[in-house]
This record gives sequence, C-alpha cells and structure tokens, in this order.
Amino acid sequence: MSLLTPDIGLLFWMILSFGIVFAILSKYGFPVIIKAIEQRKEYIDQSLEAARQANDQLAGIQAEGEKMLTQARERQNIILKEALAEKERIISEARQKASAETLLQQEEATRRIREEKDKAIREVRSEIADLSVAIAEKVMNEKISRTDEQEKIINGLLDKVSFSKS
Amino acid sequence: MNRIQNKYLLGVIFLLFICISMPAKASVAGDEPEKINVQEIVFSHIQDAYTWHIAEWDGREISLPLPILVRSEARGWDLFLSSQLHHGKIYHNYYIAEEGDYAGKVVERNSSGEEVKPLDLSLTKNAAGLLFSCCILLFIVLRTARWYKKHPGKAPGGFTGLMEMVILFIHEKVIKEGIGKEYRPFSSYLLTVFFFILINNLIGLIPIFPGGANITGNITITAVLALCTFLAVNLFATKEYWKEIFWPNTPIFLKLPLPIMPFVEFFGVFTKPFALMIRLFANIMAGHTIILALTCLIFITASMGLIINSTMIVVSVLFTIFMNCLELLVACLQAYIFTLLSANYIGMAKIRE
Repeated sequence: MSLLTPDIGLLFWMILSFGIVFAILSKYGFPVIIKAIEQRKEYIDQSLEAARQANDQLAGIQAEGEKMLTQARERQNIILKEALAEKERIISEARQKASAETLLQQEEATRRIREEKDKAIREVRSEIADLSVAIAEKVMNEKISRTDEQEKIINGLLDKVSFSKS
Repeated sequence: MNRIQNKYLLGVIFLLFICISMPAKASVAGDEPEKINVQEIVFSHIQDAYTWHIAEWDGREISLPLPILVRSEARGWDLFLSSQLHHGKIYHNYYIAEEGDYAGKVVERNSSGEEVKPLDLSLTKNAAGLLFSCCILLFIVLRTARWYKKHPGKAPGGFTGLMEMVILFIHEKVIKEGIGKEYRPFSSYLLTVFFFILINNLIGLIPIFPGGANITGNITITAVLALCTFLAVNLFATKEYWKEIFWPNTPIFLKLPLPIMPFVEFFGVFTKPFALMIRLFANIMAGHTIILALTCLIFITASMGLIINSTMIVVSVLFTIFMNCLELLVACLQAYIFTLLSANYIGMAKIRE
C-alpha cells in the first residue's frame, strides 16, 4: 500500500465512523456541554449581579438608616429646644401672672385698707361726734338738741381737729 | 536522600545488566545474524494492514485477524477473516499480492488468470483502530455531557474538569476568535475534529494493542478531515468571499487580460485544505517513523559487538523517550493547529462588507 494514495476501504470506514461520531457528538455531546457551561456562566454572572445589587441595597439601607438617625436626632434637638422654650415661656408667663396677681391683690388690699380706713374714720368720726355731743351735753349740762346747725359746726370743728392730727 | 540515590544506582545497574544480557542472548539464538530490514519494519507499521500484528512470541505470531470485506465482479460480496490469507494462502481466489501495482492488497485471480483488484471495504488495522478510538471518543465526550446533565449549575472536577478546560479553551480561544460572530454552526464540527485528531494521535502513541495504529498518519484519514473543512469553508461562504476570489482587490492588469490573481486565489481555495491534510499526515507519520527507526537502532547494532550495542541501546532508549515526549506535544499541537486553521479558514469565508 502506497503511503500517499488514499485507500477506498479506509475512506469508506473513515467517512462512516467520522460521520457517525460527528452526528452523535453534535447532537448529544458538545452542544450539551457548551450549553451547560454557558448556563452556569450566566447563573454565576446573575448571582454576582444580584449580590452586587444586594450589597448596594444594603449600603443604601445603611445610609438611609444613618440619615434617619440624624434626622431623629435633629428632631429630638428641635423638640428639646422647643420644650425648653416652652418651659421658659410658661415660667415667665406664670411669673408675669403671679406678679400681676400680686399687684392686683396688693391694689385690692390697699383699696380695702383704704375703704376700711375710711369706714373706720367715718365710724370714728360719728363716734367722736356722738362722744363730742355727749361731752358737750355733759359740759353744758344741758340738753342741746342735735340740730343740723350744730352738727355742721361740730363737723367743721372735727375736720379741723382731724386735719391737725393727721 | 541516600536511599533514593541507592534506588537510582540499582536502576542503572539493572538497565546495564539488561543491555549486556540482551545482545548476548541474541547472539546465542541465531548463529548467523539476520539482516534487519528497517524499511520493512517501519513501513509495515506506518502502513495499513489486514491483520493487527501484536507481537511475536517464541517464533509464533500473535495477531488479531480482521474481517475482510470484498466485492468482486464475478463473485459478489465476500466476507472472511484475514487469517485465511496468512502467509500467501489463497481463499476463494483471493490472496494478498506480493508485488506489482497492488502489492500488499487483497487481489483476486479471475477466471482468465489475471490479477484484478476487487472493491475492498475490509476492516483493516487502521479502520479497526479508528473504530476503537471513535468508541473511546464517544464514551469520553458523552460521559462528560452526561455529567453536566446530572449536575446542573455545578463545576466539575477531575477528568470532567480537564475536559471542560480543553473544550472551553478550544471554544473560546480558537472557534470564537477564529470564526467571529457566526461561530455557532461550526462549533460542534471543530470540537469534534479537535478531539478526533487528539484521541487518534494519542492512541497512536501507545505502542501496545489496541493502540499504535498509525491513524492520523494515514493520508486517507487526514484527507477526509481536510475535505470536511473544505466543505465547511466553501459551502457556507459569503458572497464577499467569492468576490475576493474571482475579482480580488488588485490592479486591473492582474485580472483582465489574463486572470492571474483570480487563478492564484482560486488555487488557494484548494491548497489550504491540502496543506491541512499534508501537515497532519506528515507530522504524525514522521513521528512514528522516527520512534520506530530509533527502536530499530538496537537491533541493527546487535551484530556490531557488545559495547557498541550496549551504548546504542542506552542512546536509543533515551532518544525514544525524548521523541515520545515530543510526539505527545506534537499530538496535542497538531490537533490544535488543525482546528485553529480550520476555524480561521471558515472565519475568512465569513467576511462581510
């Protein structure tokens, strides 16, 4: 058999066996393997992508939490400040109210004192008038009718007296 | 450390002992040393045969008789074992020609006494080796594919992992990059070609039965592979590819009065697969030839005295080991090159404006 001339028998067997091998492998062999590898690759890529997204989300959530925390802190500060201001306000209001009340009470008291004083003075005056009349009666030893004229004189006298006294 | 050195020493002594004892035995066995026909030994190995010669033991030949399937015009189909034709035996007028145009092939002596060659579809040694390696190839690849079916979404280890690595390398680096976008229809073909060549190369390197058949070093095998690539390139080629061949982008005087460039380009269509065929065939055949010749060196120098023979045995063994390692590389390299060039040719036939 020469080296360089193709042999019919071997050609037949080669075409037959290579054809069968190619047919089987191109149907059940390599496409299955390539598909499986590509699917796995896709799956890995997807998983990586999902992990990356989850990571991003986590970072986002963390940032959000941080933000919320600072917001809450700010709110807290504001509320505290407001409360403080309110306290101050209430206290000052109460103080004002109290001082106003005190003032009012004081005024009332002075007014009442003055009234009482006037009343007392009036009572004392009438008492004194009565007393004076009685004294005058005793002094004069005669019954002097308390006429309006006399009373007027006495009051005028008393006014002078009380003036000089006070 | 010491023990290892001792082991090496023992090994060397053992080797030397074999070297010395073998020629002595050989010289005892035959009074007048047989003339060794290296060419015959080498050619009988690298060429096809009707029986699968395995070894010779005690003067008896151990061989596997293979079926011979012939069709003659006179007798029709005939199927018998090659052992019927051993050593010049004649069976149903069939015999193996010793000389002439059909030397070494089954011929028939027809009724008028002439030697004619029947249609010979015998399962020769190469054909049997081919079937064997095809079975192994099918087993390996289908097993790998089954693993993926059984374990979806998992990464394989061991042999399947190795297969995945090789398949991915060929698929990504050779097929995708060689062909370009439209690689998909050719992916299976090129992978089949790669593994077919690789398996046959590697099995051809195993010296003992059922390896050792010189399959990819046979021109018929490489011719079929090259023809397949030729068809894959030219049947699916684009219009631009044919335009490049028959009306290439060259100065007008190179194509109008005398179509020089179209002729060169058209010739190139056939030389490319032809080069593929010759490259694979020559590489593998040369590797087998060199290894066999180096091994024959031992038997050639058997008659030249003890010292020459012993040194030649050492040299031959060392060189054969080296050549075997080289052939292992060549086996992978040639499969890779065939696939790479096929992919590139297909890619070149897929050009678009």
